[in-house]
Amino acid sequence: MAAVQPAPAHSRQFLSGNEAVARAAWDAGVRVAAAYPGTPSTEILEVLARFPDLYTEWSVNEKVSLEVALGASMVGARALCAMKHVGLNVASDALMTLTVTGVEGGLVIIVADDVGMSSSQNEQDSRFWGRFAHLPVFEPADSQEAYTLTRAAFAVSEQFRTAVIVRLTTRICHVKGAVTAGEREVIEPAGFEKDPPRWVMVPGHAKPRLPLMFDREAALREAAEASEFNVLEPGKDMRVGFVTSGPAGMHVLEAFPDAPVLRLGFSYPPPIERIRALAGQVERLVVVEETEPLLETELKAVGIDCHGKDILPRLGELPPNILTPAIDRLLRGDAPVEIDRPAPQPVFPRPPTLCVACPHLGVYYTLSQLRNVIISGDIGCYTLGAGHPWNALDTCISMGASMGMALGMDKGRGAKDANKKIVAVIGDSTFMHMGMQGLLDITWNRGNVTILLLDNRTVGMTGGQDNPASGRDIHGQEAPRVDFVQLCEALGVRRERIRKLDPYELPTLFKALREETKIDEPSVIITDRPCVLIGEYKPTQAYKVIDDTCTGCGNCLDVGCPAIHVTRRGQETKPSGKVVDLAFVRIDTAACTGCGLCVQPCAPEAIVHAQRLQPLSFIRQPGSTA
Amino acid sequence: MSMSITNILVCGIGGQGVMTATEILAEAALSLGFDVKKTEVAGMSQRGGVVTSHLRFGARVLSPQIAPGDADLLVGFEAAETLRWVHMLRPGAEVLTNIGRIVPPVVNSGRYDYPDDPVAQMTALGLTVHAFDATAIALELGEIRLGNTVMLGAMAARLPFPDDVLEQAVLARFARRKPQLLELNRDAFARGRAAVAVAAAPAG
Repeated sequence: MAAVQPAPAHSRQFLSGNEAVARAAWDAGVRVAAAYPGTPSTEILEVLARFPDLYTEWSVNEKVSLEVALGASMVGARALCAMKHVGLNVASDALMTLTVTGVEGGLVIIVADDVGMSSSQNEQDSRFWGRFAHLPVFEPADSQEAYTLTRAAFAVSEQFRTAVIVRLTTRICHVKGAVTAGEREVIEPAGFEKDPPRWVMVPGHAKPRLPLMFDREAALREAAEASEFNVLEPGKDMRVGFVTSGPAGMHVLEAFPDAPVLRLGFSYPPPIERIRALAGQVERLVVVEETEPLLETELKAVGIDCHGKDILPRLGELPPNILTPAIDRLLRGDAPVEIDRPAPQPVFPRPPTLCVACPHLGVYYTLSQLRNVIISGDIGCYTLGAGHPWNALDTCISMGASMGMALGMDKGRGAKDANKKIVAVIGDSTFMHMGMQGLLDITWNRGNVTILLLDNRTVGMTGGQDNPASGRDIHGQEAPRVDFVQLCEALGVRRERIRKLDPYELPTLFKALREETKIDEPSVIITDRPCVLIGEYKPTQAYKVIDDTCTGCGNCLDVGCPAIHVTRRGQETKPSGKVVDLAFVRIDTAACTGCGLCVQPCAPEAIVHAQRLQPLSFIRQPGSTA
Repeated sequence: MSMSITNILVCGIGGQGVMTATEILAEAALSLGFDVKKTEVAGMSQRGGVVTSHLRFGARVLSPQIAPGDADLLVGFEAAETLRWVHMLRPGAEVLTNIGRIVPPVVNSGRYDYPDDPVAQMTALGLTVHAFDATAIALELGEIRLGNTVMLGAMAARLPFPDDVLEQAVLARFARRKPQLLELNRDAFARGRAAVAVAAAPAG
């Protein structure tokens, strides 16, 4: 991918929060930027990677990305790493000690909280990390602020020699607005200074640095009190004043145009005296924060009387339609009148599905045919295997957890589960992120687990980013490609117990799973097919259903391919007297790409190649990235 | 809520081009000097899930989200999806909808039913609905991905700015990326605009 020249300084651009952060990092002269993909933060590095004159990488996990950024900072370069909220849990080991060493080159950590949980396993408030690690936290309210605050974060980072956390939420990352960028700075790294008491964190070195960390926090508190990024928007209506941060700030301004609103862009350490001053001017102070009552608790602790989570939800976003009735109740003591609008209409749910011809379809069809298995799952597109029609994934907790949990199930099981097979399912990227260590634990401790390593050569769920299994770097350039067979062998799986096969070949997959689950030692089945959304995937001739031959058995529907549609239903009475439901089908030939998975379970051989009728459907080829 | 803000809600399913269409609409509004915010939640929508895109423009836009009951125009790329979001409309607002259907696996498996007639259901709620088959038009033009340009064409006459501003935004985008698609998109836009003009006549 050739570098693109970013739009000129001072031009008005329409950018998402993620794009604004990327532009700010480039303008701040960032030399190194690293991330592991994760919704809603992924686009930050995707955009930065297209810019010239800096080093960018997809790291194998967030902890490594933070360490890469820290190393760059140690040699005096400005550095950025970006991650979703759960990524900072992974990176936190480095975080909790880099706060003791401090930084040299400006180091900014972007963390994107999935408030509202559009694409995550939990909802957590990353502002806690600022408190926990004694690091400043910035919270932009829109794209322009994402730009301005990210740039300012580098200056604060260098002024106080500390990493700065910029906390985004989905409603910043994926909202577009007008942004005017400034001039780019070019900064030459100062060079690495050998300084063991500073950089070698052993007790004797770390102990004297701890007070420095608290001194720094006190100085940051002063800076927050004076910060231009903590803005009081004046108002005449003194019945209620607000203190707020992040996208909730825009919601408050929208909903209460006449109220005084103190919006905190530099939100930790909180500017207590400025908040106290506002509290003294209004009848009631309401803290509007997504999601946890962090500031509210701190204000109450210093004796500032305020409302917060007593009147507002503790989960999810706080848009005007949530805020307005809550404040109405606070002021008037009654529920507001519901506005006149059409009633919501009940419509079927439309959960995300695996794509047409997704190689995981073959894996989950096969797993759904097995009985007496516990399937320890992991995080990726293949988590969808927990859903209909497969119901073939029993757990999902955190990146790489399928491995350790499978071992724990094996070691912990009693008589009730003695005859069950334990299978772990993990994708290539998740395996490299955090799964490899779990596999080593399984082999070393002689666990009895069959591992399905689904290698589709990409990070699928976040839109197809490259990783060590793709053999390409962040720019799409050729890079060393990991060999999973050798890797698994090196991690202690016997070579005979490692198989690599094609997940489109159902009988082979079924046989391999049957055999490996019978053997009392760790085995790895690697399924090798590219994700259908990446360039490596090549569609082949589509299939169709011969109406007269289709018996309505519905076996093909168990594959779960979204290109197979039911045309009519019926019932049949078997010779035994048993009544069975029938579902006659057609294949959307425009969407089908010829993987042939549905052909294999079709009893009457009613599925045959078709002449393609139409161009490939959008179902398989999204017009834009998610 | 500021009266000077226009709120347009565009909905459909992942991969239909909802976000791209809204982006083009945003570019048109930006080109006229409006403040514009556009938001969507589409984390897993690439996998065939529900997508909505909120577009707000005016002198100054604060919150990017359209509150339920505040949408001035609902544009649906799929019939049942349009029905799903009618509660977002303000009283008297208009609906533009594709009647094309995309039936998900949960309906194919028999676990849920697709509504018999989403357009009739919306009309019964007292809404002004302009329904047409954007999917069929796109397929007639030989490329189902033209569906979003057809939908944009349908919107053109219902925006608080001249029709040709949106058309120029559409064409500018394709001229920049794929010049060979320019004429196709011009046709698709015109067909969308004409489809709604015809469909609107009997109702009004």
